[in-house]
Amino acid sequence: MNSAVLLNIARFILLLAAQVIIFNRFDFSDYLNPYPYILFIILYPVNGNRFGLLLSSFLIGIIMDMFMNSGGVHATASLCLAYFRPAFFRFSFGVSYEYQTIKINDRLTPERFSFILISVVTHHFILFLLETFSVTFFWHILLSTVFSTIFTIILSIIIIYIFKPNKR
Amino acid sequence: MQQIFNFIFKNSHKLLFLLLLGISLSLTIQAHSYHKSRVISSANFLTGGVYEKINSVDEYFNLKTQNEELAIENARLKSMLFNTKDTTSPPPIDSIRGVNKVNIIVSKVIHNSFNAPKNYLTINSGDKDGVKTDMGVVNSLGLVGIVQKTSTNYATIQSILNLDSRINAKLKKSNHFGTLQWDGKNTGFVQLIDVPRLAQIKKGDTVVTGGESKIFPENIGIGTIDKVYIDNESNYFTLSVRLFNDMTNLGHVYIIKIKDREEIIKLEAETNKR
Repeated sequence: MNSAVLLNIARFILLLAAQVIIFNRFDFSDYLNPYPYILFIILYPVNGNRFGLLLSSFLIGIIMDMFMNSGGVHATASLCLAYFRPAFFRFSFGVSYEYQTIKINDRLTPERFSFILISVVTHHFILFLLETFSVTFFWHILLSTVFSTIFTIILSIIIIYIFKPNKR
Repeated sequence: MQQIFNFIFKNSHKLLFLLLLGISLSLTIQAHSYHKSRVISSANFLTGGVYEKINSVDEYFNLKTQNEELAIENARLKSMLFNTKDTTSPPPIDSIRGVNKVNIIVSKVIHNSFNAPKNYLTINSGDKDGVKTDMGVVNSLGLVGIVQKTSTNYATIQSILNLDSRINAKLKKSNHFGTLQWDGKNTGFVQLIDVPRLAQIKKGDTVVTGGESKIFPENIGIGTIDKVYIDNESNYFTLSVRLFNDMTNLGHVYIIKIKDREEIIKLEAETNKR
């Protein structure tokens, strides 16, 4: 057990708890549902074990589904985000991202922001699409995705800034 | 053989992803198609326990409104009691069988959801207290939902704010009935569809549960008519009903247990077989 594994386990539990206790209870509007628990997937180490990422993303999604009574929509959305994460890294940080030392958990740069944006949009779109599961709610899906994405990103950036490891 | 192993080894991430995707998608589809048998629900030890803990803190913020609601209900019941013609007469019982047809279980909502298209509540009584699937749930103001799934100590309820919800309802004054459903838009309003055009409808009329339902007893309040839409293609009204209940703020609820439900269902099933 090294410290990275422990850190990820702690993040898993804390983000899940924060989501269930605080963020699920925001009821401003039907379209504004923030899901900052996906920060767990976004902040997972870049060169970390991919099996671990896939399995833990599936797990965090399934637990969310239990709390929200939503079948398997969170599991599906989180799993897809976890699987496509390397592609998003390539898109935001360039082809040779594996050889750089990338940390998402740091000051906000355009690359980091674009990575977080594309991750959150993907997750939320799959989530709301599967949640309604019908084309008649097209506008609902689109508006939910847009507004919730903005909300989630603001919250995520605040969380990153609060818990940023202080080195300087 | 070696090539098969090589293939599995090379694509192991993809295979794991596809396996997990298959599981989660099948859970999703299953939850959408057979909503009675969902596998993943909040009626279990872990989520029920967490929600109960959260609710025990939350309750304190609602004490005042809960008290007011109870006081109003008490006043209503008192006025019923004092206004009976003969105060010594026993409460009305079913004149045919001589017993009460309805039992009531008191319970508490520990988790409430209202901002998704398909909303479910979690309550803190389950199999242990005699709660079963398809029992009706009401509170002092009116209709809340139908029991969906139970575990030993908890149960989930399909809220009336759920796209799958279909409840038989009627107009209080004229007995014309229709189906109550929700369009997924506003938490304060539900829709009563398929009301015949012959019905005399005014804004402000009361809508109550109909006698056709095997889940709710007759005449439980639902709401008042807010808007009337006329569908030109069919001979039916669609009514927008303003709920008596504030579905975003629920405390104690009553679960209704209709004693003859199984008997009625069995009888009807046998009749339909012919």
